[in-house]
Amino acid sequence: MPQRLRKRLFESLMMNFLLNKDAFGNIRLDLSSGESYEQVKVIRAFPISHPDDGFSITDQDGHELVWFESLSELNAENQAIVKSSLEQIEFIPVIQAITGLNSYALPSIWDIQTDRGLTKLKLKTEQDIRRVSSEALLITDANGIQYLIKNRKILDKFSKKVLDRFM
Amino acid sequence: MVQLSTLPSLLPTLPLHWQNIIPTSAKRLLAVVEIDLNQALHFEKTLLRLWSVDELGTTIGITQTSSDGSELHWEIDADAYLKLNDHAGVGHLSLYSKSGLIQTWHFTLAINVLISQFRDSFVQRKELAKDALVIQANSDLSNICPACQSPIPVNQSTCIVCDPETEVPPSTLTLFKLWRFAKPYKKDLLLGFILTLLSTAATLVPPYISMPLMDDVLIPFQTSQVMNYELAGMYLGGLLLAALFAWGLGWWKTYILALVSERIGMELRTKTFEHLIHLSLEYFGAKRTGDLMARIGNETDRICIFLSLHLLDFLTDMLMLFMTAAILISIDPLLALVTLLPLPFIAWMIHFVRDKLRYGFEKVDRNWSEVNNVLSDTIPGIRVVKAFAQEDRENKRFIAANQRNLEVNDRVNRIWSSFAPTVTLLTEVGLLVVWGFGIYQVSSDHITVGVLTAFLAYISRFYGRMDSMSRIVSHTQKAAAGAKRVFDILDHESSVPDTKNPVALPTVIRGQIDLTNVGFRYGNRAVTKGINLNIQPGEMIGLVGHSGSGKSTLVNLICRFYDVSEGSVKIDGIDVRDIATLDLRQLFGMVLQEPFLFFGTIAENIAYGKPNATRAEVVQAAKAANAHDFILRLPLGYDSLVGERGQSLSGGERQRISIARALLIDPKILILDEATSSVDTTTEKEIQKALDNLVKGRTTLAIAHRLSTLRKADRLIVLDKGEIIEVGNHDELMAVEGTYFNLYQAQARHAAEIAQEVI
Repeated sequence: MPQRLRKRLFESLMMNFLLNKDAFGNIRLDLSSGESYEQVKVIRAFPISHPDDGFSITDQDGHELVWFESLSELNAENQAIVKSSLEQIEFIPVIQAITGLNSYALPSIWDIQTDRGLTKLKLKTEQDIRRVSSEALLITDANGIQYLIKNRKILDKFSKKVLDRFM
Repeated sequence: MVQLSTLPSLLPTLPLHWQNIIPTSAKRLLAVVEIDLNQALHFEKTLLRLWSVDELGTTIGITQTSSDGSELHWEIDADAYLKLNDHAGVGHLSLYSKSGLIQTWHFTLAINVLISQFRDSFVQRKELAKDALVIQANSDLSNICPACQSPIPVNQSTCIVCDPETEVPPSTLTLFKLWRFAKPYKKDLLLGFILTLLSTAATLVPPYISMPLMDDVLIPFQTSQVMNYELAGMYLGGLLLAALFAWGLGWWKTYILALVSERIGMELRTKTFEHLIHLSLEYFGAKRTGDLMARIGNETDRICIFLSLHLLDFLTDMLMLFMTAAILISIDPLLALVTLLPLPFIAWMIHFVRDKLRYGFEKVDRNWSEVNNVLSDTIPGIRVVKAFAQEDRENKRFIAANQRNLEVNDRVNRIWSSFAPTVTLLTEVGLLVVWGFGIYQVSSDHITVGVLTAFLAYISRFYGRMDSMSRIVSHTQKAAAGAKRVFDILDHESSVPDTKNPVALPTVIRGQIDLTNVGFRYGNRAVTKGINLNIQPGEMIGLVGHSGSGKSTLVNLICRFYDVSEGSVKIDGIDVRDIATLDLRQLFGMVLQEPFLFFGTIAENIAYGKPNATRAEVVQAAKAANAHDFILRLPLGYDSLVGERGQSLSGGERQRISIARALLIDPKILILDEATSSVDTTTEKEIQKALDNLVKGRTTLAIAHRLSTLRKADRLIVLDKGEIIEVGNHDELMAVEGTYFNLYQAQARHAAEIAQEVI
């Protein structure tokens, strides 16, 4: 694309970058300056505390190429690309209830009900339960998966009892 | 073309719950894996099967079966490939064709190894289809983890999927393993047991004597007003004698058992430490220092205390219970029954309350460590706190932690404060029952007053012990957990085992190193692969590359801190695995990035590898290492204390001591692992001078970040992603204008920029 045409395109979009997805599922980033990058990644900067503020587009090695504050800065197509890309990599199941556990001694395996279905969580040490705020907890299981408890005060009695034992 | 039937049978079996869903016609199965996330990243099991479309296995297909039975099929052409990547605990397996992405499957990293196996068999089958190669049974995966059934690679001793050490909750049975350490003290233990029996029996004599004292002396006196002094004196003498006996026997028993348990504790500690320091570096890499220290220090002590105090007390109490029961029944069976009836109930009550408290106390412990965390954060970082004027914030953090501590303590104290009175109340109630039934029995002339007093004496003695008996459960659990953690170390087998038939090294070692097709894998990650390198005696080799390119791994393989997964490492033509570890390590001298000095004098530190070195040798080594002058400037010279609590030395000074240490043992092969990277350029020059002395006439492997320090190297090896990409000396590599050229240019530019800024 000639420089002049490109400039006009980006001006009309009121953006200084553009995302495209190819048949391999890779995302390409075109900057108004004329550079373009293949296989870029979209990452939330504050996935827990402020998931909707602050996004970064990085190259394959994790160097930031573009930063944008909110999804609303993007056009509808690009929003869709960002959202689908995030859906593929974002995985923080929210625990709704703890339905059982094998032992109060560590390591303890909990049966949990999450917004993504039923599963088991293996807690290795008590330090893997982290307070995010006064209500919210982030639990890292033995495989490195992060589980979120949005508000531990509104959980059912049994779940509270189990949590209480480990906190 | 090779028939499928001639292939080694690695054919998978379906997980049980899929056998009903998958039709039996699903033959020609090549590989199968159950993935645990669906397309929307929800937890749902999906089965992936790799199967051959035709009989010969030249065309393959992938079938995906969802838990509702719906299926999707793909036939794979020669250009298709699978890609594996992961992010934040979720793995993605993508199937691509020539024209684009076909499908992506998601899974949690818990099954990562199984997925890579699936991918491997996909790659193997595709090659088979293309070149009709025979697949070799993967000998790497010969061991199977007993806990999770996933394969264990040869160079790893534990399962990388589940870490069986943390998989099994501690069982009380672990305590029986301690017998191994108690065995040498069998005789003492038997004596201790007999003494326990006797001393317990002796403590039970006084209440028994109180019976005739009451019936034959006091009550007759009340009716006849004649005191039988002779009889009274005899009984009182008996009481005193019993007390003396109990005292003496108790003393002896406690002394003997304490001696034995202390010895068992020591044996356990020293054996564990001895085993630990012989384990491979891989083990230390995976464990935290504090954790290992706690295991050997505190846990063994806890076990020791459990054996000498808690277990002994519990045994004494149990003996007392049985003896008391026997005595009571022999005196009066009916009253004995009533007396002993509330016991189990009271024991349960006490245990219940204590159980509640236990978790409360654990919570207190956890919160207490949080309070400590704030302190250990703030005090070492006080300069940062003050620089940013955040004293108030840290103060608030401390107050908040204390507030939480207070809340938890308040809750515990509510139960705790009721505990002692509860025990007293229960004891009183138990006594009340005995009193009530006893009075009734006395009044109906079934028993004498003496019998009742004896019963009361026995039982009140007993209720008091109830509390301590109830504690045995938690003590046992804690000791069992401790024992498990200690035995985890003891039962761990080294992943670099010492050879059974070591090859004797020739008296003169030339120092030639040959690496043939060396590969090393850590977990499922290949760190180095296909490395071929011949190092001549006396040659200096520089290893260059980005961090993570496998430089240190290569050095670790040569020193045999790890064993190779493939290929071989030979020194003077002898495989390092055939050399006794002790002989092997004596060949190497090492100077590391962070020189570690042990607590002791400088002379001791220099002579660490050769404790019988003469003073002249030490001084000579120090001189060659350019360390002599600064050592003499210290107030105590060579006798200055260094290390953890000793004289503080600068990085360059410490490094020169460690160079002297390497010089003194006169090694054939020298390893310099970033020896100069933690010091400034001036100091580097001094160290460099010392190193030049050290390198002379020795085979040397040097890793350096600063390329300028490798100028003297005969050959430079450039590594990238675990492979050798360039070999040659500085000038040759510069001429090629490859990776080394770029690295060198970047550093030169950086150095020039810094120089510019200084000017």
